[in-house]
Formats: sequence, structure tokens, C-alpha cells
Amino acid sequence: MKKFKWLVPTIYIIFLMLPIYWLLNMSFKTTTEIINTYTLWPQEFTLDNYKKIFTDSTWYTGYLNSIYYVVLNTIISVAAALPAAYAFSRYKFLGDKHLFFWLLTNRMAPPAVFALPFFQFYSSVNLFDTHVAVALSHCLFNIPLAVWILEGFMSSVPKELDETAYVDGYSFWKFFFKIFIPTITAGIGITMFFCFMFSWVELLLAKTLTAVAAKPIAATMTRTASTSGYELGLLAAAGSLTIIPGAIVIYFVRNYIAKGFALGRV
Amino acid sequence: MNKTVNQKAWFFVIPVFVLVAFNAIIPLMTVVNYAFQETFGNNQFMWEGTRWFKQILISERFHAALGRQVLFTLIILAIQIPLGIFIALNMPKEGLGVPICLVLMSMPLLIPWNVVGAMWNIFALPDIGFLGHSLNALGFDYNFTQQSGDAWFTTILMDVWHWTSLVVLLSYAGLRSIQPAYYQAAEIDGATRWAVFRHIELPKMKKVLTIAILLRFMDSFMIYTEPFVLTGGGPGNATAFLSIDLVKMALGQFDLGPAAAMSLIYFFIVLTVCWVFYNLMMRNESNS
Repeated sequence: MKKFKWLVPTIYIIFLMLPIYWLLNMSFKTTTEIINTYTLWPQEFTLDNYKKIFTDSTWYTGYLNSIYYVVLNTIISVAAALPAAYAFSRYKFLGDKHLFFWLLTNRMAPPAVFALPFFQFYSSVNLFDTHVAVALSHCLFNIPLAVWILEGFMSSVPKELDETAYVDGYSFWKFFFKIFIPTITAGIGITMFFCFMFSWVELLLAKTLTAVAAKPIAATMTRTASTSGYELGLLAAAGSLTIIPGAIVIYFVRNYIAKGFALGRV
Repeated sequence: MNKTVNQKAWFFVIPVFVLVAFNAIIPLMTVVNYAFQETFGNNQFMWEGTRWFKQILISERFHAALGRQVLFTLIILAIQIPLGIFIALNMPKEGLGVPICLVLMSMPLLIPWNVVGAMWNIFALPDIGFLGHSLNALGFDYNFTQQSGDAWFTTILMDVWHWTSLVVLLSYAGLRSIQPAYYQAAEIDGATRWAVFRHIELPKMKKVLTIAILLRFMDSFMIYTEPFVLTGGGPGNATAFLSIDLVKMALGQFDLGPAAAMSLIYFFIVLTVCWVFYNLMMRNESNS
């Protein structure tokens, strides 16, 4: 029984990789090959699909737009969540528990509920079709998440650290930036990872709030599928490329992930 | 940790409060506005009271969408939670296998949701997709764009593919926090594999599992993009879950009143379930 333990994760990983392989496989095929034959690997290997994406500006600006608002959102979310998480982990104040639950309820709000009002709201403040609009709208679910994760990490830092620093004559902000933040870098790393992840994978709000100038790559893909026939190869190539940023980020935080989950947050 | 009372802490919370309120309260008020009034554009509103709510609550369309949604979420939880625990129990505990498993298993979590839908569409197409082609070659009559049973099967398989890893990672993290001494003690007592799981591993995973169930409930109950890209809610309305039906009503047919009323009912259901879970979770935390 013990001997075959490795089989379980292996089979699971094969199951996970199959659709990804199929996507990659399609992305290296020509459209005629995709439509006319069923092949397990590309017979006429081609890079044309990728070439098109990297040379056509409607395609590659989609990637730039996505990365732009995702990074912006990650910075805003973490910067705003840091002091708030500190307050929740260290102090009792009027309405703290209710405020915490209220924040979490926003993580629970179905984006479909918010799509139309967001469109009207961001149009009325003249932010429609800007990167800022998408970055701000993603704060709706990323800030609560960031506060939740960071609070967990901060609560595991003993309070004596704060008190010793004050005794040593540190002012609050000097302590916060010079001592406290460096002790929870792992937590900040994990938080940024999750903010990045949830902003990167979200499409409904990003698509609703943009038209041309800030259009995310994922929305560009929907357009291909619907209007210009069924260019499966191109679609597959664009899809394969969206996996790369996530894979890079995972590789860098792989050691922190287990630790972050162990604290029972996220 | 014993916390000190300090009302000035509110100043630390203000940025978060403002940013979230900006996004949550103003748009939510718009929804409330539409839910109780009839609009003819140009900012003209007529009071309708609870008419839209009554209309939605008795409409068969809403009942059907809600039924599909509840069934889908229950199936997802029934498959993903046990499967996730099972895989986590069999993961390597040390060595090179650990980072390989973690990185490869996290991959599906970081793929944009519409790419997940598109990928599975390509994967499951009956003529050129690996899954569809294989199933048909094995003699099954499989076509997810035309048969609702197949559409359900594909949607569920896609979600299992997409999200089981989250349960695996959470359970794995919970298992890692168990000290080896517990296992040694169990071995001396001659405990069976099942007893070790039931009395050592499961209690240690209780906290992370509550979070896993909560997250999986919320996200599967709000699912939109993946089935929308995969099946478009079809064939017919077979996989039109709540969010898909809602967007169809609001942006497709522009029935703003009923759509807004439906949004509020929808949000209320999610909120109630999460409130119950949240309280359970907090009680667990204060017990341990």
C-alpha cells in the first residue's frame, strides 16, 4: 500500500496537465490542421500563432494592460491593508469585529451583481476604460483578502516586539517600517501573490470596465472567439501565454505557499 | 493575544474602509435603487415597492436557476473536499517531490478564468478535443454542446480540475503542522490507518477544512466566467447557473428591476451561509 503512495499525486498531476498540454498542442498547429484532423501532437509545427500575437498591437497591448492594472491593484491593496491589518491584530476598537466581517462580505459578493452598477458608477466619475478603474474595482475583493492574510501573519508576531521598540525610543512609524515590516516579509510576499492571482484571473469586472484603452488580454481573447470565426490556434496561443506570469510567480513563492496556508488564512 | 483598547486604531483602518466603501456601498445602493423602482432612463424613477422581489421569488426561471446552482455547489463540495484530502494524505512529505507537487498543482489556480473555460472547450470538443475524441472512441455518445448531461459532466470535471488543488494545498498545510510524535504514539498503540486519520489528522485539519469549504462554497456559488465560456449556459438553459442567468437578465434583456431584485436575493443567500460558517470558524478558533 505504502509503495504505491506516489501514484495518487502522479495521476492527479497528469490529469491537471492534460488540458494544458492540449492547449499548447493546439497553439503550435495551423488552423487547417486543427479543423481537418485529430492529432496528438502538431504535424506541421508552426510558430505563426505566437508571431501574430507578438506583432499585432491589439494582442500584445492586452497583456500590457492586464499586467499594468494587476500590479497597480496589488500595490494599492497591500499598501492600504498593511496599517489596517496591524490595527486589527493589535487593538480593540469600536466596531472592529463588525468591520472585519463587513470587509469579508465583499469577498463574498458575486461579481455578476456588481457588473452593471460598476459600469454606471465608473462612467459617472469619468474613469471608464482606464487601468485605474479596474485596479480600484479589484480592491473590492483583494483588500479584504489582503487584510485577512496579513492579520494572520501579524498576530503570530509577539506583541513584546512592539513594546521593546517603544522602550528603545522608536517612534511608531519608524518601528513600523524599520522593524515590523521586515519581520513579516514572508506574509507580505504571500499576500502579494494572492492579490496578483485574483486580479489576474478575474475577467467579468475587468471586461465590463474597459473598452479599448485598458482592455485586458482575456477580453481580447473573447473577441476572437466570437467575431472573427473560430481561430482556435490563435486562441490557444494567447491562452498559453496567459499561463506564464502565474507560473513565474508560483515558482518564486513556492516555499512560502505552504507556510502561508499553514496559518490558516487565505 | 490580548489586545489593548485604542480607538485611534480607526485611523489605520480608514484607507481600507474608504477604498472598499467606494466600491461596495455606492454600487450596492444603485442596485437597491433599481430593485424598488421602475426606470425609463434619463434618471426618471417610479416607486415599485416590493413588486420585483415578489416577481422573482415566484418566478419559475429563478427557482430553476437556484436549483441548478445549489445542485452544482453540492456536487462540487462532495467531490472536491474528500478528493483534496485524499490527495494531500498521499503527497510526499520531504524531498524534491514537495516543490514539484506544489508548483504543478498550483498551476490551474493561476490561469485566467476565461482561459480555463476556453481550454476546456478545446479539450472537450467531440471531434478535435482530447477528452471528447477519446470518450467517443471508447463508445460513449459524448457531445457537451448538445446534451445537457454531458454539459454538466464537463462543467463539473472542469471545476474539479480548476479548484481541487486549493483543497489539496490547504489540507497539506494542515497535515504538515502535525508533529511526528503523534504518529509515533499512534504506532505504539497499534492504531489502524483509519484511526490515525479519524483521531489525529482530521482534527488537525478542521480549521483549514472549514476555510476550504467556505471558499469553495463562495466561489462555486458565484461561478460565472468558466461555464459561460465553456457552454454559454447551454444547451438551452441546462448550465445557466445563478450568475449567468443574472447577467443575461441585466445586460442581455436589460430587465433592470427584476435583475436588481434578484441580485439582492442572491447576495443575501451567500451572505447568510457565510455568516453561519464564519461564526463556526471563529468558535473553533477561540476553542483551540
